[in-house]
Amino acid sequence: MMNRVALNDHLREIRLFRGRVIVAVGFFALLIVALIARLYWLQVAQHTHFRTLSEDNRVKIYPVPPTRGLIFDRNGTVLAGNLPSYALEITREQVDDLDATLAALAEVVAISDADLRRFQRLRWRKRAFEGTPLRLRLSEEEVARMAVNRHRFPGVEITAGLTRHYPQGGPVAHVVGYVGRINERELERIDEANYAGTNYIGKIGVELTYEDVLHGSVGYRRAEVNALGRVVRDLDVTPPSPGLNLYLTLDHRLQHAAELALDGRTGAVVAIDPNNGEVLAMVSNPGFDPNLFVNGISGKAYSELRDDPDRPLFNRVLRGQYPPGSTVKPFYALAGMEYGAVSADHRVFCPGYYTLPTDKEHRYRDWKKTGHGWTDMNKSVVQSCDVYYYELAVKLGIDRLKEFMDRFGFGRLTEVDIDGELGGLMPSQEWKRRAKGQAWYPGETVITGIGQGFTLVTPLQLAAATATLANRGIGWKPHVVSAEENPITGEVVVIDPQGLPPVPRVAERNWDLALKAMHDVVNTPSGTARRISEGAPFKIAGKTGTAQVFTVGQEEEYKEDEVHHKLRDHALFMAYAPFDDPQIAVAVVVENGGHGGSAAAPVARAVFDAFAASQVAPQPVKTGDTAQ
Amino acid sequence: MKSLGIPLSGVASSPGQRRGLLARLHLDGPLLLGLFVLGGLGMAVLFSAGGGHVELVVRQLVRIGLAVTVMVLLAQIPPRRLYEWAPWLFVAGTGLLVAVLAFGDIGKGAQRWLDLGFVRFQPSEAMKLAVPMMVARHLARKPLPPGFWRLLGGILILVVPTLLIAKQPDLGTSILIASSGFFVLFLGGMSWRLLGGATVLAVPGLWVLWEYGMKEYQRQRVLTFLNPQEDPLGSGYHIIQSTIAIGSGGVYGKGWLNGTQAHLDFLPERSTDFIFAVFGEEFGLIGALILLLLYVLIVGRGLYIAALAQDSFSRLLAGSISLTFLVYLLVNTGMVSGLLPVVGVPLPLVSYGGTSLVTLMAGFGILMSIHTHRRLLPT
Repeated sequence: MMNRVALNDHLREIRLFRGRVIVAVGFFALLIVALIARLYWLQVAQHTHFRTLSEDNRVKIYPVPPTRGLIFDRNGTVLAGNLPSYALEITREQVDDLDATLAALAEVVAISDADLRRFQRLRWRKRAFEGTPLRLRLSEEEVARMAVNRHRFPGVEITAGLTRHYPQGGPVAHVVGYVGRINERELERIDEANYAGTNYIGKIGVELTYEDVLHGSVGYRRAEVNALGRVVRDLDVTPPSPGLNLYLTLDHRLQHAAELALDGRTGAVVAIDPNNGEVLAMVSNPGFDPNLFVNGISGKAYSELRDDPDRPLFNRVLRGQYPPGSTVKPFYALAGMEYGAVSADHRVFCPGYYTLPTDKEHRYRDWKKTGHGWTDMNKSVVQSCDVYYYELAVKLGIDRLKEFMDRFGFGRLTEVDIDGELGGLMPSQEWKRRAKGQAWYPGETVITGIGQGFTLVTPLQLAAATATLANRGIGWKPHVVSAEENPITGEVVVIDPQGLPPVPRVAERNWDLALKAMHDVVNTPSGTARRISEGAPFKIAGKTGTAQVFTVGQEEEYKEDEVHHKLRDHALFMAYAPFDDPQIAVAVVVENGGHGGSAAAPVARAVFDAFAASQVAPQPVKTGDTAQ
Repeated sequence: MKSLGIPLSGVASSPGQRRGLLARLHLDGPLLLGLFVLGGLGMAVLFSAGGGHVELVVRQLVRIGLAVTVMVLLAQIPPRRLYEWAPWLFVAGTGLLVAVLAFGDIGKGAQRWLDLGFVRFQPSEAMKLAVPMMVARHLARKPLPPGFWRLLGGILILVVPTLLIAKQPDLGTSILIASSGFFVLFLGGMSWRLLGGATVLAVPGLWVLWEYGMKEYQRQRVLTFLNPQEDPLGSGYHIIQSTIAIGSGGVYGKGWLNGTQAHLDFLPERSTDFIFAVFGEEFGLIGALILLLLYVLIVGRGLYIAALAQDSFSRLLAGSISLTFLVYLLVNTGMVSGLLPVVGVPLPLVSYGGTSLVTLMAGFGILMSIHTHRRLLPT
């Protein structure tokens, strides 16, 4: 194989290669010369400049945290503000013996084990000569004591800052949420440079969802410091841009009215403006004091909240999933007419129970043992006849029930602008196959007709669906933030409400009749919510619901007094007002409250009253607690 | 130049001649010496950068031991075998890159690792050798210089893994792999006209890369590099602090273990990617020049080995490995001294860390193999 041609090729390839190597060497020689020139520039020409920067270390860069945006309700009442406070910071490079300093400090100010643990964790994350907070919110006495003893503690500084404060406390806690110290998991997620001077971050509620908007962006100042590391003077300052103020759609007066009306019972109240999806009130009771969390809640206080049987930390509005009970009846009544399965004057005889044609043994009971007699659509809603809906559900079939309820958002997240929402459940044959691996039984369709069985809704979903129904199919995505305001320029950006796909309407008359039936629930002597009509500021339309928590056997009878409190029925009520021009839709759940008409409806009435009062005096002046 | 009568040790065997230990192990003396001096210097700086703790140095020693073992093993494999294995290695490596994108672990925001249960593996490292091997084999199958279509094939071979790695995203490694493949094409005789055309095309190509190819943080790095003062607390911090460290070193340096920038914690990543700043601070311009000279000597020996190689495959591979080593050096020092944007490329054989060390030493093993498996030619 070593013939002449191959050898010629070989020599030619070697020549080619060597030529190329020379070019490459020349190219890289140029680059190396450039590198050497750069080193010469840094190490010889600019050496004095860099030596000054490095050896004296006189110039320090300090982050200046932005002011967190305030949160107002729709009338300008402060829901989350900032109060001035003092913190104790240690710069580890300026402390000779950290352990001794910490021990000595503990004699001057109170330092808990939790403070120490957090300090030890955080200090590794700080840059050189950056202070690490040891204690936040010093009392005035502690500040004074530190000032006197300051000479003993080089490297320990008192810094002035702002602490989050929630003047309205409990009733708005679940919506507004709270901020807390930044934990390690959050440190992984955030831009550490932007949070360099920030100690707090939104943990739940609006504070969490709108964290990016509320936080703002960090500024910094270059300062000259002396040998002890104390600032002598500022060289220049780049101011931070503060976080934006948020205006919520909530009215804190409605919020308080709802909380008052619940009167210590656990439950949830949601009020929505059907014309734009603005959430006017959102109460999960019991609430808790969000101020406890701002500076790290004590272990004892936290376990008290966590272990409280009423679960104050649980946001029932977004995460409480309840069987809707009879509150689904107006929807199904409308479905029956719209699908043409029944006409409005179709009548069913209610003997107090219902049996499937295929299984005459199993009796599905009506809540009224003696039965309602002959019942048409209007009467079925007004008196909440179960048998009518057992029959209607079987006529429509589960798939059409599901399809119709989908249009009102049942079984789906409302996508409200607060984190942590659950989606409820609207069952279907397909769902049961997938989730349980079982076929759908006809009996399950029967009980779905009265909002029992698998169906689950959150109070927010029920309120949003009520709003859509009241607005004749035109739905809006519920939201709690209506505008963002730049605190410096005063520029306000209004967040436009988002419309939902409208519910198709077959016949306007069907809607008239269904809504009229809801009207009659409140405004006729036989209605289940008749007691709230007296003295009401406007005509209310609604529907009561009672959701079973406890299953009663075939041969037994449910006796309220004999059942443990936690197993008692949930009371529900959905309503809107005024009847002829809907301005507010409300959903109420009173856990273990008993009957919807007696337990839940009066709460809704209290919200309607507060709403009517707020319409008379709509815009009180902006209150003063707006410390920036 | 003749391949006979080379006075340096470790050269090819001739029957009957007494062979030294190095020759029997297929190792190249001068290269080995250069690597050991560089490694020793690296240890000294690492000791200082680690704050005078021995643990870091000990851990690095273990890695160097592993890397030397890999080097010695590879030196035993004749280039002919590498030629045969190249396609398998390349296909397997590319497959693993796809697997990494599909199931890889995410560390520091990038998917680079493949978890095989017992060991975590970074396929892009193996590709640093597989790509130049494959391109060299592709060109060496026909006489050089290659025609247009052969070149296009070579370009395709290097572009696919480069894009896969850039997608992880690992800009540093994809630059190294692209250059290693490019060097094979260039040394193999890629026509100047094509080279000129590619340069002209590169300008709009860069724009496309900026607009569509880069992640936000990569763009941020380039912007920060263009103006580090813009964001002194965030990403500009690295560059500002490393230029202060180098500049304050002056001509003679502050002395070993006396670098204040490094020891007062101002300098981030000081034992890994930014170790050159510690070196510049403690040993000054003189030290930096000595370090550069050491690298140049090692690369020179590599190119010498390439020039003496007996077949196109070995020649192109050896040339590419040597020049890529130089790219490592220039990208790292360029970034630390503020000439280039920050891309994650370590200072070869000095930075703390295991994976790139093993790959680099494997490359030198190949160089030694090429040099010591020569047969004496009848000239």
